[in-house]
Amino acid sequence: MMMLNLMPTAFIFIAAAFLLLALPKGPLRAALLLLVPLVAGAQVWSLPEGTYGQFDLLGLTLDTMRVDKLSRIFALIFCIAAFLGNLYAWHVRDTVQQLAALLYAGAAIGAVFAGDLITLFIYWEATAITSVFLIWARRTEGAYHTGMRYLIIQITSGVILLAGTALLYRETQSIAFGAMTLGSLGTWLIFISFGMKCAFPLMHNWLQDSYPAATVTGTVILSAFTTKLAVYSLARGFAGTEILIYIGAVMTLFPIFFAEIENDLRRVLAYSLNNQLGFMVVGIGVGTEMALNGTASHAFAHILYKALLFMSVGAVLFRTGTSKASELGGLCRTMPRTAVFCLIGAAAISAFPLFSGFVTKSLILDETANEHYPIIWAVLVFASAGVLSHSGIKIPYFTFFSHDSGLRPKEAPVHMQLAMGITAFLCIFIGVYPDTLYALLPYDVEYRAYTMAHVVGQLQLLCFALLAFAVLMRSGIHPPEIRAVNLDVDWIYRRFLPRILGGVSTGLSQLWAGLSRALHETLESIVAFLFRVYGPDRGVAKVLPTGSMVVWIAILLGLVLVVNYI
Amino acid sequence: MATEQLHHTALTLVDHLPILEVLVPFVAAPLIVVLGSRKLAWPIAFVASAISFVIACLLLLQVLDGSYISYHIGGWAPPLGIEYRVDAANAFVLFLVSGISTVILPYARASLEAEIPRRSTTLLYALYLLCLTGLLGVVITGDAFNVFVFLEISSLSTYVLIAQGSHRDKRALTAAYDYLVMGTIGATFFVIGIGFLYMATGTLNMADLAERIAVQSDSRTIRAAFAFIVVGVGLKVAIYPLHLWLPNAYTFAPSAITAFLAGTATKVAIYVLLRFMFSVFQPGFVAQVPTLEVIILPFALLAMFGASLTAIFQRDLKRMLAYSSIAQIGYMLLGIAFFSQAGLMATMIQLFNHGITKAALFMGVGAFVLRAGGSFYHHLNGLGKSMPWTSAAMVIAGMSLIGIPGTAGFISKWLLVQAALDAGWWPIAILIVASSLLAVIYVWRMIETLYLTESKAELQARQAPMSMLIPLWIMALACIYFGLDSDLTLSASRTAAEGLLAGSTGME
Repeated sequence: MMMLNLMPTAFIFIAAAFLLLALPKGPLRAALLLLVPLVAGAQVWSLPEGTYGQFDLLGLTLDTMRVDKLSRIFALIFCIAAFLGNLYAWHVRDTVQQLAALLYAGAAIGAVFAGDLITLFIYWEATAITSVFLIWARRTEGAYHTGMRYLIIQITSGVILLAGTALLYRETQSIAFGAMTLGSLGTWLIFISFGMKCAFPLMHNWLQDSYPAATVTGTVILSAFTTKLAVYSLARGFAGTEILIYIGAVMTLFPIFFAEIENDLRRVLAYSLNNQLGFMVVGIGVGTEMALNGTASHAFAHILYKALLFMSVGAVLFRTGTSKASELGGLCRTMPRTAVFCLIGAAAISAFPLFSGFVTKSLILDETANEHYPIIWAVLVFASAGVLSHSGIKIPYFTFFSHDSGLRPKEAPVHMQLAMGITAFLCIFIGVYPDTLYALLPYDVEYRAYTMAHVVGQLQLLCFALLAFAVLMRSGIHPPEIRAVNLDVDWIYRRFLPRILGGVSTGLSQLWAGLSRALHETLESIVAFLFRVYGPDRGVAKVLPTGSMVVWIAILLGLVLVVNYI
Repeated sequence: MATEQLHHTALTLVDHLPILEVLVPFVAAPLIVVLGSRKLAWPIAFVASAISFVIACLLLLQVLDGSYISYHIGGWAPPLGIEYRVDAANAFVLFLVSGISTVILPYARASLEAEIPRRSTTLLYALYLLCLTGLLGVVITGDAFNVFVFLEISSLSTYVLIAQGSHRDKRALTAAYDYLVMGTIGATFFVIGIGFLYMATGTLNMADLAERIAVQSDSRTIRAAFAFIVVGVGLKVAIYPLHLWLPNAYTFAPSAITAFLAGTATKVAIYVLLRFMFSVFQPGFVAQVPTLEVIILPFALLAMFGASLTAIFQRDLKRMLAYSSIAQIGYMLLGIAFFSQAGLMATMIQLFNHGITKAALFMGVGAFVLRAGGSFYHHLNGLGKSMPWTSAAMVIAGMSLIGIPGTAGFISKWLLVQAALDAGWWPIAILIVASSLLAVIYVWRMIETLYLTESKAELQARQAPMSMLIPLWIMALACIYFGLDSDLTLSASRTAAEGLLAGSTGME
């Protein structure tokens, strides 16, 4: 263990990657993939706080291992996620995917422990390069292009980070990765680079584009690391930056509308992931100890339940070959256990009491209220209802219940069930014993999630939404009768919400289409203009008669003379 | 910092190196004509150029520490006699010019044979050497009027060299004629400027001029001289609106001549501009800053974008590279406009790195012209397969043109961006990077044509001859070598920038 402690955690993953190549394909490799996160997790757990693994590079000191409470909790959940993801992917025999999953997790953990911006940059780009193979591993034309788009955006974010680091270094003569304040160009660039990876509004498209395009297991692994690394970086660098509160609030809102109308369930989950990130970003923006605790714990819980949801939808995709809501339904008959796990994940993300989402999200919500952001608080509450609607209800309902699609797939493979089972257990465990999680948080917590007000408030929100949904389900069978009984709730769910959401989403998509058309046309006309001016034998590039060339000399001489004499 | 040397007593060969640098090609040129032998023309030219290169190396090594060599022609002491003065700035340029010339000559043999009728080749080599003489002389001399004389020697021979392209395309004649008219006006402006200086100061020696200008810089005559010299030399540099002669001249000249001129002529002009702006007129000269900020800076930016955009839309690779040269000259001017040591250093190193990069690219174009019959993009379709070595060298040089890390172009762009940031002009730094993206587009177009389009079935281009490939690869590898090991270029350009910014004190 002594030896191990001297080694940066990321190197364990890199060393294991070489070992992996030496092993024959088969269970041995899969076992190694399970062992590595456990070893790394044990190391992270046992390392005392401090800075290790310093290197000198070109006169700069690189801190490859900065262990404190904030980095430790993120590294720990990354190890857990890597373990669960690899267990879920036990059946995969594709060397590329195995290597990518291993190195990607290692890079993400390395980035979390980075004590300086150069190290962060190196791991930042490493996460981009390793993760894209999880998308390319599908080996389809579409996946290739999606992967390319993903890679370009991720690499760009790294390049911006490097540019920001260079500028910051010129300014402060330091590359330390600590709290920064927005103001100079350097810090803004770093902020934007974090924001790109965190899927800030208008920089978010890569997420919904790429995650659903990855392999069944790839998506589960992708969902854990990249964005949470960005959340960690923001929490480290920009805690208490007020603009984050508003960015986060927008992030919690806009994905809801898209998630409602989306048919591909994995894409729905990608939108909902974006929305969950919004909660964490708000927490960072508020920036108090309690809020940062909320962000860290929410990231912890979120990685688990989001992985669980991706796993269950992935298992369905694995068995049926589709993840489209319109083609699924009624699978609870033959995949009952997957259905239960999915429901647990849905309950956790919807923040039901006794599930993990409840004990973490309320930290952020409370702190927003305590710090006097009533409007943001209201937005977050509304967004919570939205989460319930698209992740809590839509995902399990359309997959496992709803109308019978006629599909009778087998139950998910045992290792998938096992992975989902452990994840589901953790979701409930955290919900029931929140203090175990709270003990890991960066700051000391004195917080009681289970107060009467919390539980009742949350239950009210959830129950009414659920009731509405029950009514909807009934109304499908007995329309006149049910509708007459519960018209108000029914109307909210069936008429009012769809109309608002529908209106907003059509509006948004029209706006988007219009914008992209306008952009396209503008680009075309710019190129046409450039061609008119700069094209061969036109405008600037025309071969002028000798006389007009000479005119330019005269003009320039005149200019220089004027400048000289003034 | 200067070392006083006794020139009249010590008559060893080493002391005469400065004059030999110019004298060897100058004597070899008429020798070729007198002998009139087709067989001997090329070897004489090559040997003369190689000797110049060796001398340039020796000179550079002597002055790399910041000292300078002052050589008095015929033993006449300046300011009356003509002085040759070698310091880091011009030794660096001498090294570049003679080096490129020496690498291009072996290449030129096969290329010129294919593009020029045999009867003209003898005279062509003589002219080539005269052009080289002129360029070297412009750089080495410490006498303002002597600059004009050598400038005319190089220009007149350049006009004829360009006109030789008429055997392939008659438009070479109008290109040469246009350049002649423009170049003559530029030279006239330059000599008018020198005339004004002589009027005001009564001397032509640069060091002497510098001293006298320093005490009477308010004189209107001297200010007018400054304007005339900047515009006159600016035409040779091809500052953006004065660049109109360049695309045609480069496009229609024989390939080897284009490669030589692109690597040397504008670089020498940049050197002259630097020498006059900073050494003859001191950095503190009143009109200096406004000229830099109002004239040089905006036109440099205009060149970076205007010429790059034009290059993107070209249909002819050779013409595209010509426009790219104008854009790259914009970077050099930008470095001057920063008016700082970092900026001048960037200019000097860009001058060198772009010289070798562009020479390599135009050499590649010559190989394509020889084997594929033209340099239009439709001639080049799929040549990556049939001419792999030439194409690969083009890709390397193209990456250096963009400024990809690991190539020479990166070093100069990096220094330029650093200089911009040092000056606190970060929007300019962004513009530098943005215009590099335009270079990515036009270089990518070349790569796409070479590698990703299908070649025509009936056209089976053969590999270029070894005599062309080897020089081409020497140049391409130089692009990589100077990108990885930048000690020599960095120290030379740093010393040069220091010397230039010291103004007239650097000349004492």
